[in-house]
Amino acid sequence: MAEKFDVIIVGAGPAGSAAANVLAKAGLKVIMIERGEYPGAKNVMGGVLYRHQLQEIIPDFLDEAPLQRPIVEQRFWMLDENSAFQFGHKDLSWAKPPHNNFTVFRAQFDQWFAKKAVEQGALLVNETVVTEAIVEDGRVIGVRTDRPDGDIYADIVILADGVNSLLAKQLGFHKELKTSEVALATMQVINLPAEKIEDRFNLEPNQGATIEVFGDSTKGMVGTGFIYTNKDSISIGTGTLLSDLVKNNVRPHELLETFKQHPMVRKLIEGGEPKEYLAHLIPEGGYHSIPKLVGHGVMVVGDAAQLVNGIHREGSNLAMASGKLAAETAIMAKEVNDFSENVLDTYRIKLMESFVGQDLKKYKDATHMMAKQPQYFNEYLPLLNRAASEMFTVDGTSKWDKQKKIIGMVQERGMFKTAIDLYRMWKVMK
Amino acid sequence: MHIVVCVKQVPDTSVVKLDPVTNTLDRSSAPSIINPYDAHAVEEAVRLKKKYGGKVTIVSMGPPMATAVIKKSIELGADEGVLISDRAFAGSDTLATSYALTQAINKIAEKEPVDLIFAGKQAIDGDTAQVGPGIARRMNIPVLAQVDKVESYSQDNNVIRVRRKLEDGHEIVESKLPCLITVEKEINELTYSPLTNMIKAARYEPVIWTTNDIEVDRSQLGLKGSPTVVGKIFAPPKQSGGEKIEGTAQEVVDIVMDKLINVHGLFAKEGV
Repeated sequence: MAEKFDVIIVGAGPAGSAAANVLAKAGLKVIMIERGEYPGAKNVMGGVLYRHQLQEIIPDFLDEAPLQRPIVEQRFWMLDENSAFQFGHKDLSWAKPPHNNFTVFRAQFDQWFAKKAVEQGALLVNETVVTEAIVEDGRVIGVRTDRPDGDIYADIVILADGVNSLLAKQLGFHKELKTSEVALATMQVINLPAEKIEDRFNLEPNQGATIEVFGDSTKGMVGTGFIYTNKDSISIGTGTLLSDLVKNNVRPHELLETFKQHPMVRKLIEGGEPKEYLAHLIPEGGYHSIPKLVGHGVMVVGDAAQLVNGIHREGSNLAMASGKLAAETAIMAKEVNDFSENVLDTYRIKLMESFVGQDLKKYKDATHMMAKQPQYFNEYLPLLNRAASEMFTVDGTSKWDKQKKIIGMVQERGMFKTAIDLYRMWKVMK
Repeated sequence: MHIVVCVKQVPDTSVVKLDPVTNTLDRSSAPSIINPYDAHAVEEAVRLKKKYGGKVTIVSMGPPMATAVIKKSIELGADEGVLISDRAFAGSDTLATSYALTQAINKIAEKEPVDLIFAGKQAIDGDTAQVGPGIARRMNIPVLAQVDKVESYSQDNNVIRVRRKLEDGHEIVESKLPCLITVEKEINELTYSPLTNMIKAARYEPVIWTTNDIEVDRSQLGLKGSPTVVGKIFAPPKQSGGEKIEGTAQEVVDIVMDKLINVHGLFAKEGV
């Protein structure tokens, strides 16, 4: 007879392991099933992990989590072919505990986070693919894996199976993802000695910086380039809406190579040795893409629930928050011994009330609007650079005349059109 | 039938790097895995157990993290496993290692007599192929090395017949049990473990024995018990020279053919 658990978690990424940590700590019988050789083996993100949600689950994570550098400076570049309009914010108090965010390697971090759940008593089975949810009388009662004797049962199944969530799709919770709902991120880890990184990015040892790059980094398509500092390496990548890549017939690895060769970027990574190449889909559909989150005996968390805030580059923290809320709901359901959709819906309500639902709601139309209105990336960013160059070039022209020239640039585009675009942008960001 | 399988945790040498200064393996550069030959030894033991009944016990020596290979063996279908781990074992060569493992197997046998011992042909980090035969010698039982097939086993007279892979063919030999068999990878294909084994392994906590748990003569352990002296370690010289031929496909082919036939004497009766 196949074994029965309180909770089966499909996928041992940040969402799954967050849930497992909370459930195991509460004494529930919980098993994580991971398809990778180890947790994190198949997971990719640019590399910024926020502290807050992790600390709620593992209060003393600072002492043991495999972190790269706490980030003290976040820079933003509006990149054109030969220029960059830059701004940023540096706060040295972030160099001290409790810090704000860190760069991490997912292959290391996810392994550690899952191990913490195992230490609490959760079981972890790797190299096993869950092929379907076992449904009986409209209730999810377990999962089927690709292994012989591969069925196991549980009161609750938590789907943390990532952006494509085949299981949520099987259950009819979402349709096939559209190419406009996901970005394809392609990145490289480039080895570079710590001192060089610290010199080039103006950092003390054990301080990190991030640069988000808009505009020419993705050739005017909706997306960003990013450059993050690790201990002895730099993570550099581009993430672009898949629909834009398809429409413009751009190969993501070529986009990354071009970005690496950009005159503003080249010197930062010069002399480095490529160590790793990674690529992954990132959910970008936001609020409108959130699938049905709860059914009888089942909850969906993390990327599987499309919980990514693309505007603020947050995802793993949303994943952890959702995993924790799902786990708390499961504990409550176990207490009342009722695993119906009605009870588990507490998870959805709490999630939507939390910063996760609120933030996604705030930006619910942002990505869609930018995808439909390419001018922000391919016209306004170059315009901004041209305007800045005009203003800062000293050539005997009076500042009034320069101002007139800049206004002329905007007029070329049309004052009214620009006003509408500005209003539209404000509307989706407010 | 009680089968003991000796397994070793090794760095995955398909990705390991050499430290350019000391010429030793940079173990941090590679993930640790079960020695591939040993995995096949476990598989074969499990298959025999399924056929003839009994039990498969794993024994390994290494640092505490080596419990991972015992868990891996449980996934493959082993019943239980013991890791012997102690600072006193550090620096052991094949002589000292075979001694420590023999003492561990003797202790296992106290509880339940051992009928058959399996090991991989060799470990992929040291490539010595000495520990398995060393254990057999110490236990005074026959060793059947480089076995690529178990032909048959007769329960009536307790004899196993195996095929050994030699450089220029095969040899079919028989031995009375108990004996020790070291296996080639060709002996079987690893079975995709059932989920029940995976769960059992996830739950399994291997027993760890130190020198307090097994009877040992400390002078035969670790560096003290290891007469092997490593004379020199060096990386094979990198291939140098060579020539890059450029041109259109036709030109390149012409140049290559010319070199093969006229310079290196391909097809020439006596070469040039």
